[in-house]
Amino acid sequence: MDKPTIDQVAEAINEKFGDAILSKEQQYDFTVITIDKSILVSLFRFLYDDERFQFRYLTTACGVHTPDQPKPFTMMYQLHSLVFNLRIRFKASTTLNDLQFDSLIPIFSSANWMEREAFDFYGIRFKGHPKMTRILNVEDMDYHPMRKEYPVEDLTRYDKDDTMFGRDRSGYKKLN
Amino acid sequence: MKDIQSASNVNIVQAPAGFEGPGFFATKLDHVVGLARKNSIWPLPFATSCCGIEFMATMASTYDLARFGSERLSFSPRQADLLMVMGTIAKKMGPVLRQVYEQMAEPRWVLSVGACASSGGIFDSYSVLQGIDHIIPVDVYVPGCPPRPEQILEGVMSIQTLIQNESLRRRNSPEYKQLLASYGIE
Amino acid sequence: MKSKPAIQEDNKQYTTLNLGPTHPATHGIFQNVLTMDGEIIVDSEPTIGYIHRAFEKLAEHKPFYQVTPLTDRLNYCSSPINNMGWHMTVEKLIGAELPKRVEYMRVIIMELARIADHLVCNSVIGVDTGAMTGFLYVFQWREDIYEIYEEICGARLTTNIGRIGGFERDFNETAWRKIKKLVTDLPAGLKEFEKLLVRNRIFMDRTIGCGPISAERALNYSFSGPNLRAAGVDYDVRVMNPYSSYQDFEFEIPIGKNGDTYDRFMVREEEMYQSMSIIRQAMEKIEKLQDKTSFHADIPSFYLPPKEDVYNNMEALIYHFKIVMGETDVPKGEVYHCVEGGNGELGFYLISDGGRQPFRLHFRRPCYIYYQAYREMIKGAFLSDAILTMSSMNVIAGELDA
Repeated sequence: MDKPTIDQVAEAINEKFGDAILSKEQQYDFTVITIDKSILVSLFRFLYDDERFQFRYLTTACGVHTPDQPKPFTMMYQLHSLVFNLRIRFKASTTLNDLQFDSLIPIFSSANWMEREAFDFYGIRFKGHPKMTRILNVEDMDYHPMRKEYPVEDLTRYDKDDTMFGRDRSGYKKLN
Repeated sequence: MKDIQSASNVNIVQAPAGFEGPGFFATKLDHVVGLARKNSIWPLPFATSCCGIEFMATMASTYDLARFGSERLSFSPRQADLLMVMGTIAKKMGPVLRQVYEQMAEPRWVLSVGACASSGGIFDSYSVLQGIDHIIPVDVYVPGCPPRPEQILEGVMSIQTLIQNESLRRRNSPEYKQLLASYGIE
Repeated sequence: MKSKPAIQEDNKQYTTLNLGPTHPATHGIFQNVLTMDGEIIVDSEPTIGYIHRAFEKLAEHKPFYQVTPLTDRLNYCSSPINNMGWHMTVEKLIGAELPKRVEYMRVIIMELARIADHLVCNSVIGVDTGAMTGFLYVFQWREDIYEIYEEICGARLTTNIGRIGGFERDFNETAWRKIKKLVTDLPAGLKEFEKLLVRNRIFMDRTIGCGPISAERALNYSFSGPNLRAAGVDYDVRVMNPYSSYQDFEFEIPIGKNGDTYDRFMVREEEMYQSMSIIRQAMEKIEKLQDKTSFHADIPSFYLPPKEDVYNNMEALIYHFKIVMGETDVPKGEVYHCVEGGNGELGFYLISDGGRQPFRLHFRRPCYIYYQAYREMIKGAFLSDAILTMSSMNVIAGELDA
């Protein structure tokens, strides 16, 4: 089988999913395709099953929080076709009120902990996940720390003097 | 052929100061017990991260820890004398460390190895405990990120000095009880 | 901890056993609550995060050159590889071109780190089967590798080696001499270690068939590195997406058949020989280059100028000030770069908004991704096999939790 190019992949996706594909751009050596989150599972199932492309390896998945966008919470997925050595990146965004994506576990077993990490850090829920709980942080933590409105330090610590380090913590949400 | 004279470079532990006579040797009980304890410490290596790898290097043959009497590492706190906390302690790990410390029997010492265990290190973040002395009393701090094996050995030698000079009544004294009460340990 | 028998619907009594987080055999702190039928494991429930240090959040508050010490502490057995991976990510972002000599020097350092990592993993597999001697022998060789790092960057374990654009100083005579001595002497040392374990009846009985995983399941769990190669898939980032001139080198990729502990041990053993061959080739190639002195790229806005110039030259002073205070212009964009770490594909996903700090930095950590499969790998195994499986997967807690 001939090696397909990323443009052929993008064309095939466009043909099948049409208006759910929002944009396509080239970031350094990756093609990044922004999609609507409703076609997530069907798109990845299509890319997995199609014999021309065989994207059967989920490299990574992570969340991104961009507070000044209309849809601030984004999930980034990177797929890799080992047979043809092609890599592609997908992004899907959503708002705070609709912070839910479909889980990819039926297709890729490795999405399990990647989705739990996105939940732990950003609060993004995944429908169909067998265990949607925190994975890295303490179980009873009540906020999602990677969101931009929270600081990196623990504001309740008393042995470090922020003024000495030139840190101004007044812009952050106060944590009790 | 190796010179047999050089074998006399080996240091045997010095006997404590005392009064010697035919068939008896009188000295303070504190000294003898201190001497015995300091040369037979059973450490519990509580290795969590990078400092743990430097500890493995300390235990291995180049910087042998066994020559200080710590040949037998105990992984059960019930049988350990020295709790060596090596590596970052996250807030999730705090209760576990506390439970391990409480399970140790007196007399027990704590050695905090590395910047992360002493004060949180470079990780001034929401999930890292900024020093284990927030939850357990510490005897010796070894700075470094990670400390060289020689530094860890110096920490162990400082613990040995503490052990040698410790009074037998210290663990029952009101000051010690107050120290433990300030941490909330019975 | 007392184990309470629980009676299930099929009228069998299962016991619950807590393995960890502080346990001598789990090299690193992670917990597994096992449900056991006698000695056989029926199910397990992992808990991780006991050393979560919030790297990704910390990286958003540090300038680019200050993120390097954070990357050190990911897979701390082979920290130079993490450092180089991060530097290459930033160089991809700013579009920097490195001289060949620097790339070959980077290859030498990364392969040394790979040897160090595999030495730890294999000796610890030995310790878990009861063979403590191999560990003591192997750590002598690791001290030699530490001495080479010390010549170059001053640190033993968490090296912070290299800079964005190359190295902080050229390798001196002692470093070259020590590297040459290591690749000459280490094969004999490894043979000694192998004589203890590789054809040892007890070791083979314990490790063959212990914790196997098939290639399809491994790919579905996004395995990479020696664990995937032991299952039979020859995916190596150095060959698939070459970086730092790896395409100029000739080396083989060892693969296994069953994906069990013995295969993982043998794959790592053979990879060390391949790494030594790459180091030899790199040293020969550096000898043959015309360029004998460069150790960094010519990117004055990211690489600190030499101190004599800073004191005498206005331009160098301005560059020095801008770099240290973080006033340099970084292009906006997102970049992903992956390197072949000791455990597999270590990826850095960097989103830059043009400021002095990354906007978002995500580490694709191989340990975190393949440890998910542990539950499946130990179903139906004995407890001691579960311990061996965990140590042969080389789970490093720093990389697991980040």
